[in-house]
Amino acid sequence: MKWSRFGSFLLIAVIIIGLAAGTTMKLWRQIPLGLDLKGGISLLYKIEPVNNEPLTQAGIEAALQAVETRVNSLGVSSPQINLENGNEISVQLAGAFNQAQAEQIIGETAVLQIYGNIKMGKDNKPVPVPGTLLITGRDMESNATAGLDSTTGQPVVDVTFKNKALWAKITKEYLGKTVYTFLNGNLIQSATVQSVIENGQTQISGVGSMQQAQQLAKELNAGSLPYPLKQIASTNVGPQLGAASLRATLYAGLVAIVLIFLFMIAIYRLAGLIADIAIIAYAYLTLLVFAGFPITLTLPGLAALILGMGIAVDANIITYERIKDEVRNGRSLQSATIAGSKRALRTILDSNATTFIAGLVMFWFGQGDVRGFAIALMVSIIVSLLTAVFLSRTMLLQLTKSNLFRNPAWYGARKGGAGK
Amino acid sequence: MNVKFDIVRRRAWFFTLSSLITVAGLIVFLVSGFNLGTDFKAGSQVQIQLNEKVHTAKVDEWLSDAGLPVASSNVTVAGLNGETAIIRFPEVLTNQQINTLTNDVTKVFPNALQPQVNTVDPFVANQTSRKAVWAVLLASLFIVIYVAIRFEYRFALAGIVALLHDAFIVMSVFALFRVEVNLTFVAAVLTIVGYSINDTIVIFDRIRENMKLTPPKSYEELQDLVNQSLWQTMTRSINTVATVLIAALMLFFFGGQSIHDFTLALIVGLISGAYSSIFIAAPLWVVWRGRSYIRKTQVESA
Repeated sequence: MKWSRFGSFLLIAVIIIGLAAGTTMKLWRQIPLGLDLKGGISLLYKIEPVNNEPLTQAGIEAALQAVETRVNSLGVSSPQINLENGNEISVQLAGAFNQAQAEQIIGETAVLQIYGNIKMGKDNKPVPVPGTLLITGRDMESNATAGLDSTTGQPVVDVTFKNKALWAKITKEYLGKTVYTFLNGNLIQSATVQSVIENGQTQISGVGSMQQAQQLAKELNAGSLPYPLKQIASTNVGPQLGAASLRATLYAGLVAIVLIFLFMIAIYRLAGLIADIAIIAYAYLTLLVFAGFPITLTLPGLAALILGMGIAVDANIITYERIKDEVRNGRSLQSATIAGSKRALRTILDSNATTFIAGLVMFWFGQGDVRGFAIALMVSIIVSLLTAVFLSRTMLLQLTKSNLFRNPAWYGARKGGAGK
Repeated sequence: MNVKFDIVRRRAWFFTLSSLITVAGLIVFLVSGFNLGTDFKAGSQVQIQLNEKVHTAKVDEWLSDAGLPVASSNVTVAGLNGETAIIRFPEVLTNQQINTLTNDVTKVFPNALQPQVNTVDPFVANQTSRKAVWAVLLASLFIVIYVAIRFEYRFALAGIVALLHDAFIVMSVFALFRVEVNLTFVAAVLTIVGYSINDTIVIFDRIRENMKLTPPKSYEELQDLVNQSLWQTMTRSINTVATVLIAALMLFFFGGQSIHDFTLALIVGLISGAYSSIFIAAPLWVVWRGRSYIRKTQVESA
């Protein structure tokens, strides 16, 4: 009887359960949740080349930059903007807000152009005369503001041109004549130049409601996009739906854990108890990894973690079955534990390596959900190797060396059971 | 060890059974094909948790009042209590249409949560499905290489046959029951690929070990050895699939609506994976490995 061995066994168990019980909630709160769990919208844009010319690296970066400026103008907390597949921009916004408005601000370019002459187009719509383009929104400072015109009371947008000399030259040339302002191809204002403007400022009227004026000011300030963006996918998850999924999956996980715990104890008795402690350590360590990096947890990711629990349990089952074999072959409990664990390790490594390879390939080729799943799968394989193999082996060895429970029946094995 | 049921020598049964299932699956495929979700087919999918019993007629009426009529076959009822409506639009909804849906839903269904809208452009749908197929093929290829290095190529081939068998059965079940195939389904098939080979390797590992301990001298002995190895690992095979199934079943019954199809694929795949590891992969390896024994016997008797 060696109480010190049993003491260290108890110590390990107490530390694991204590740590898990004490800090799990704190860790959980640090894990960033995916949009499918907390709600939000996810948008995917394709950067379209202009005039069939290939996209340039600088242009792509500028587009990314412009999207970032635009998203920031929405005031959403911690938006995620990533370049995918070389020519796609994904934007993820958490929380609930107006999807249409967000899409408009991110994806649409306010093309503001001032022309010197117009003509009637096909469907009786005024169109600019080619070659009379005077100046565009690209030449403006990012300080456009919306306001009300002091005389008419109509909403207007005040803008400033970067090149003051150019604007002065234009207003001089067109003094007393009319210039035509087009927004996104539609004529919104035709105004007679009253005086030469030296300070580069001007006012755009005909912009609709105050809200639309503010929107236009925002779009102008966000700068023009070097390439047009085409929205190719959008996903919108209501926050309540996300919370409902999270609650349901966590509940399912909890029920599964309790059932697996009971199953393991019923079949492997004390060894099953050790496996259960190893599962607690597994769950705790995975949360630690997710909170530490941090890795965003999605719904498929959560499913992978619960499945990973199955992998962790499998490692224990392989080891225990191996030990039972060794006991059947007539070894003492202690030497069976040592030999069985050693032999089982190779099996576990080979079988987990193949699953890990599948995870790696998924990570490489997957997008979004599949990636979240692959990361969770790989994390859970590594963690389960640590807990199910090394931790539960150490605990089992301490317990058998303590000689407190010498009868193999304590471990669900029978000495010399099925004869040779 | 007293050998119980002789699995290896009854392999013809299992090969026939699996062939029948595979052929049945193939016919289902050819006849009906997949029920592709928006991830693979362009369009919009709106999922609304109504929090009341879904009546398709009522949803239809609401949609046509909102100016977005769809064929009633595009409205499906989902969720444990049938309280979630899934509406598929063959075209990509505009922002205005989505806004209309979002604003209108609570007028007709007072307890409804905000609709979840997924929209996919044909271009993305195409790219996604191509990537999914590549992922499965490449994962299989890398697994073959790994197993061929760690074991031998015949184990790798037998393992891959079992793996594709499982992936195929999962796909057949989805085609048969018209369950929607989306990106998470791909993740599920990939998990099955990983699990199936994992399960098979444990048995192969035992065969490899027994081959070293007592190298069989004849085809008969080889069959006995594999059969023994199967029974030595049987408890593990059953206990493991039982625990993983517990987790998958709980996710199926209590997990959220959005992973319902995912866990269904897992459950089918797990059962098929456990079955194919024991009844397909190992006997198949015996057939391949046994050839050299049969040849040797022929040479000796000649």
